[in-house]
Amino acid sequence: MWTFVHKLGSPKWCHALCARLQPGFWIAAGLLLAVGAVWSLAFSPPDYQMGDSYRIIYVHVPAAILAQSVFVGMALASAVFLIWKIKVADMAATVMAPFGAAMTFLGLFTGSLWGVPTWGTWWTWDARLTAMLIQLFLYIGVIALRGAYGRDDQGAKAVAVLTLVGVVNIPIIKYSVVWWNTLHQPATFTLTERPAMPASMWVPLLIMVLGFYSFFIALTLYRLRNEIMRRESRTRWVQALAD
Amino acid sequence: MAFDSFSAFLTMGGYARYVWPAWGLATLMIVGFVLWARRERRQLMQQLQRRRRREADSA
Repeated sequence: MWTFVHKLGSPKWCHALCARLQPGFWIAAGLLLAVGAVWSLAFSPPDYQMGDSYRIIYVHVPAAILAQSVFVGMALASAVFLIWKIKVADMAATVMAPFGAAMTFLGLFTGSLWGVPTWGTWWTWDARLTAMLIQLFLYIGVIALRGAYGRDDQGAKAVAVLTLVGVVNIPIIKYSVVWWNTLHQPATFTLTERPAMPASMWVPLLIMVLGFYSFFIALTLYRLRNEIMRRESRTRWVQALAD
Repeated sequence: MAFDSFSAFLTMGGYARYVWPAWGLATLMIVGFVLWARRERRQLMQQLQRRRRREADSA
């Protein structure tokens, strides 16, 4: 176990491992997203109250879940980097950030589109919505801070600290629908209860969520290889790859 | 099938202007990230090759 962890910290070994893990996740992402899209757009039944507008849920919920999971992933990587000084962990946190920011924006954007026909407004300063907006600013802050230090590992510590401080917003997002009176409906998926919607609706939703996760993992592995090669571009093993 | 015809599918029960932009942006992002990551890889490889050639010339 410990030799594995130790090896994982070696850029060269990690680069090879990413290459090996990648294809499976790309295939899974492609299949899940294709099946999920067709199922949720054309085959799942319309909602008895919201009609076909509810089909936004199939991108809204996966985007919102990823917006939070990606940040947790970045926080874990940042902790590993700060505690064990493993550079690869910092690189992983770097490559995850843009996708997380995009998912946060997608969650807000699709929520706005859904809000117009169902709530009659595209935005309200509701606890869930506001916490999500803060999440978007946190992503932008993390990306901008890294950008401000220029390339490579300067400022990596500052970015890691900001990420760990920012992760406090994740439970706030999660419990915002419980702690405050909000317009937003409670979570669709919980570990303890069956979803309130019929299987013909939540199964395609689950497929979409898994598809988004697979895509995120595949993309992260791909871009982590880029980042490793870029930062280690002076080593002989990376230069040998250019042949 | 939840829709009777393809045009009904496109209309989305009157919610086309909410449903399609949501799905459109999601698709754009997924495709965009793939293209971005691939371009990143291509540029990186070109950079590595350039450096290798430079070093081969000076040696």
